[in-house]
Amino acid sequence: MKKKVLAKVLLNEAIAPNNFKMVISAKEMTVDATAGQFVNLYCNRGELLLPRPISICEVNKETGEMTLVYAVVGKGTKELSQMKKGETLGAMGPLGRGFEVSYEVEEHLIIAGGIGVPPMVELVKSLKGNITVYLGFRSNPILVEEFEAYGAVVHVATEDGSVGLQGNVMGLIKEHQPKPQMIYSCGPKPMLKAVADWSKAEDIPTQLSLEERMACGIGACLVCTCRTKKQEDTDWENRRVCKDGPVFWRDEVIWND
Amino acid sequence: MTKLDLRVNIAGVELKNPVMTASGTFGSGKEYGEYVDLNRLGAVVVKGIASTPWKGNASPRVAETYGGMLNSVGLQNPGVEEFIKTDIPFLRGYDTKIIVNIAGRTVEDYCAVVERLGDADVDLLELNISCPNVKEGGVCFGTDPRMVEHVVKEVKKYAKQPLIVKLTPNVTDIVAIAKAAEAGGADSLSLINTLLGMVIDIHKRKPVLANVVGGFSGPAIKPVAVRIVYQVAKSTNLPIIGMGGIMTGEDAIEFIQAGATGVAVGTANFINPTATIDVLEGIEGYMKQYGEENINNLRGIV
Repeated sequence: MKKKVLAKVLLNEAIAPNNFKMVISAKEMTVDATAGQFVNLYCNRGELLLPRPISICEVNKETGEMTLVYAVVGKGTKELSQMKKGETLGAMGPLGRGFEVSYEVEEHLIIAGGIGVPPMVELVKSLKGNITVYLGFRSNPILVEEFEAYGAVVHVATEDGSVGLQGNVMGLIKEHQPKPQMIYSCGPKPMLKAVADWSKAEDIPTQLSLEERMACGIGACLVCTCRTKKQEDTDWENRRVCKDGPVFWRDEVIWND
Repeated sequence: MTKLDLRVNIAGVELKNPVMTASGTFGSGKEYGEYVDLNRLGAVVVKGIASTPWKGNASPRVAETYGGMLNSVGLQNPGVEEFIKTDIPFLRGYDTKIIVNIAGRTVEDYCAVVERLGDADVDLLELNISCPNVKEGGVCFGTDPRMVEHVVKEVKKYAKQPLIVKLTPNVTDIVAIAKAAEAGGADSLSLINTLLGMVIDIHKRKPVLANVVGGFSGPAIKPVAVRIVYQVAKSTNLPIIGMGGIMTGEDAIEFIQAGATGVAVGTANFINPTATIDVLEGIEGYMKQYGEENINNLRGIV
């Protein structure tokens, strides 16, 4: 049986304004974890009841440690950010469908923005071949050294121009004219949509990691659905971001939601 | 100490214990079956099933609030044919009762599903005339006593299994509605569906839910639910399935003492995937603590 476990906080620190890195010890959660999956973290110390779905940034199966990088966006993540080393919290996972990794692909392009960046670290670790990473931020890039340490070539864009190209990831695409065999993307919806439009025009297979407000996290409650279609279908259906995703193929996703 | 007897009877169907799942929070059991032993549940109440597949409402469909949450799923479901093909065989693999929640936009819709389930291997039907998230049907039927009696009477004509009617708390006089369901031929009542609510994102200056309003559930609503179970238990003879914010065995006991025969666990599943089992064990713990051997002796004692 799968279960919710008590995970021990080994580290929880700010790595940029509003962005925190938490390392938890939870061996059973690391065993099957793959890039693009997420975990549920439970606050449950007051009026906040629902778990917070947080993408997996890195997994160390030997030590049983999991790294989670999250943004403080509301009361729940604020509470998470105040947890101290040595404290424990309820956690469950890994959950959802992660990125599909093919060893036949040699040229990979990862495009991520903002708090969509963290899950791409574990993805870089699991890919073989040449990996290029485009990262977009408003300001204050995160995790750039991690991507480089795992052998990726990283290009950064910031909206305020403080680091790298001034602009966004679409500016990086324009500048570098990449020709990858596979694209992986995670970030704000307008960014994903722009990436999807470009990659469709270039006819490059693309996997997109979506985000939606969730409750159960395991596919039962149907609150986190997004509009999708099967490639040949004209009709659409609502599918669960938590269970059928969060990673979908570009051609499955319908944007006029 | 002698063995605890947790068996309860809902409209002629014996459940091994009173603990079941609240419709819409547990799918058809597949997802939670990876976290809990479904064999231990008195019954699985499945997500509302309509005559045809429904796509449900736009996202966001969930908003959190103090001690609870709002949802506006809008009864997304695969339709009765897919349910019969996939979900019934799955659930029949477990030693638990199957209760099918029935969704519809019209009286004919409800009757069509109930008729289709006539020869299906399910134990009880739960008529949902109380969903706050669909424009037609749902709650429209559940707020007017004459309409309640009419719908129940019509659906009963097609029902081969005992019919539970799930009522909305969003009414002025719940007792009048419950009596109307009883007059229409209901065999049991589920109390309560969600409270209609709304949450506004003051920073974006718009409602959190795409559907604007949604159904409020979770521990914050429990006193309302207990009150309704208590009032209805005192005024009708029907067995009641109590639900609304049950998080623990103690919560469930509260509903039973108010008059509920069965108890359903809903939102708690999202917070704790083994909530159903924890509630069951909590009930057992309470019985042991007070030397109560039979759960039925606790019912309606307040």
